[in-house]
Amino acid sequence: MTKHDHSTSRETPPAGIVSTETWESICRQMAEGQYNLLSLWGDDGFVRMAVWDIDANATHIVSLDCPDGTFPSVARHHLPALRQERTIRDLFGLAPLDAPDERPWLDHGKWGVRAPLGQKLPATAPAPYVFLPVEGESLHKIPVGPVHAGIIEPGHFRFTASGETVVRLEERLGYVHKGIEQLMAGADLSHAAKLAGRVSGDSAVACQLAFARAAENARGIEAPPRAHRLRALMAEMERIANHFGDIGAICNDAAFSLMLAHCGVLRERVLRAADACFGHRLMRDVIVPGGVAADIGAKEIDILRGLLEGLQKDFSRLVQLYDNTPSLLERTVGTGVLRSKLARQYAAGGYIGRASGRDFDARRMVNYPPYGDLQFEVPVRADGDVNARVWIRILEVRQSLALIGQLLDGLPEGGISAAVPSAPASGEGFALVEGFRGDIFVWLALGKDGHVRRCHLRDPSWFQWPLLEAVIEGNIVADFPLCNKSFNCSYSGHDL
Amino acid sequence: MKKLLLQGILQRPLTEKAPAADETALADLAETVNRAAKKRLGRSLAIRQVDAGSCNGCELEIHALGNAFYDLERFGLHFVASPRHADILLVTGPVTKNMQEALKRTYAAAPDPKWVIALGDCACTGGLFAGSYAVAGGIAETVPVDLHIRGCPPHPEKILQGLLALLERQQSL
Ligand code: SF4
Repeated sequence: MTKHDHSTSRETPPAGIVSTETWESICRQMAEGQYNLLSLWGDDGFVRMAVWDIDANATHIVSLDCPDGTFPSVARHHLPALRQERTIRDLFGLAPLDAPDERPWLDHGKWGVRAPLGQKLPATAPAPYVFLPVEGESLHKIPVGPVHAGIIEPGHFRFTASGETVVRLEERLGYVHKGIEQLMAGADLSHAAKLAGRVSGDSAVACQLAFARAAENARGIEAPPRAHRLRALMAEMERIANHFGDIGAICNDAAFSLMLAHCGVLRERVLRAADACFGHRLMRDVIVPGGVAADIGAKEIDILRGLLEGLQKDFSRLVQLYDNTPSLLERTVGTGVLRSKLARQYAAGGYIGRASGRDFDARRMVNYPPYGDLQFEVPVRADGDVNARVWIRILEVRQSLALIGQLLDGLPEGGISAAVPSAPASGEGFALVEGFRGDIFVWLALGKDGHVRRCHLRDPSWFQWPLLEAVIEGNIVADFPLCNKSFNCSYSGHDL
Repeated sequence: MKKLLLQGILQRPLTEKAPAADETALADLAETVNRAAKKRLGRSLAIRQVDAGSCNGCELEIHALGNAFYDLERFGLHFVASPRHADILLVTGPVTKNMQEALKRTYAAAPDPKWVIALGDCACTGGLFAGSYAVAGGIAETVPVDLHIRGCPPHPEKILQGLLALLERQQSL
């Protein structure tokens, strides 16, 4: 097993090939809670797994050779691996042995090919997808989606309800699967970075940051200090823009549209400032391998300081409004409780984990630059309900506003980009960064031509979606939108 | 809350308060869209959004149309929950093969006359996802499209301009 201490090591991490015994023992240790699953993915004839070593604060990456096209199921020991395991079978044709669930996941039988990243087998007629059986008296089923009623991404939810109460929710995702991993393979770094920015539009900055850091890790280069700061500036702006949107949307789903209106204004102000300073409202394609593609000057710094001042004042009034509206709290408090044990088991990232007592933030744990030089707190709560997830966002907005202030104060002079060496070289790299939704993991292997051989990007939603199924149990159907919004998982980030 | 509500009543809306010239232009634009819609349909326009495989970036900007700066609803343009109530299908994303059937059915469920807008680079051509085993291409390869709005994602103002262009073209037919 190879071990990489994020804060010190810059060398290319060789993805260590392990024996089946070691592989299984890691799975067992994961089930015992020693490791968190960061991701599980396929490669040509290999499955690879990244785990977070809780005691050592480090990432380990292991690989298992699958000469006969199979591997021992990880989900058999550790359920959070289940959907990724099903995906490996769909995309690579590598079969998990003794897996608890044999159904396909992303493959809906529509691609015209099976195992598109593996053996590319001819498609067969798709078997009907069988939802898990639910038995009991006077239960009824409510199928929802993939096309939903609002302006929202597609996915299918199968509710089983007893009267008003949800007994079981089963999700079916994969509708927006675009084949990004295959499009990445063979792409040059700059094209692949663009694809990374389109994995989940709301996390364009964070995904491109993760990709750039993985690429820099693979090529052994380091972005200059000014670039680190500008990257963090954009990442924090993205975080607050999304949190504003979420806080408004959650309250709106509790029929409190006043909050949506006000939060929408704050969000729009951030997007306009982003447009004025970085040339794009979502700040897409600004972070590139090696650094950033756009610099800011005195005028932009003024815009951002003006933005900060306005937001600080207006946001605190909205927080009061939230806290002083009993009819709203009545909906959010005690609704959709995620137990801490589940949050830990699934290594739920972002506000979902932190609202349920899981104290993990990649900015702190991995401590990638420039966060080691900045003062900030990582808010954690234990109550785990919709209200707690709203509050974590509120507290994070405050932290991010303070971070933006610090970043503007301490912006070093100098270049904004380190050149990627022109001589192509193969290599592997990975990165773990904190997006607004949680930690994003990227693993990247470059071929001899310097192009991407394989890139795996794991959105935090992978480990959050399954928890939504658990959280809704025992709540009324009408509270589903509220629970769902408080999670705000990405469909596109998950479906890839 | 009282204070915030009062402020909402007493203060002028953000759109008018903001001094920038482009925002005045924006208000004019939305007004024109509305007039065109009224003339064409005798009422306001109902829009149904369909995500056929987007990265969710386009959805963010469609959402922005509803904020106080753009405030689409005040001009009578509104989003509806069912394609059966829609005049316009506003479709985003490359069409993924897994969504193709759902898009066709949504199109079939919308009553005539109806228009389809392909919103965003992906919806226009498949964007960066064109050529993938999982993608069927731009919207026009699955359902007939009346208007393409480019951008990744298009600016909210550009979306309003698109709505206007569509209506004007329909009138001249
Ligand atoms: S056009 Fe751009 S923002 Fe819209 S879905 Fe495509 S990649 Fe996302």
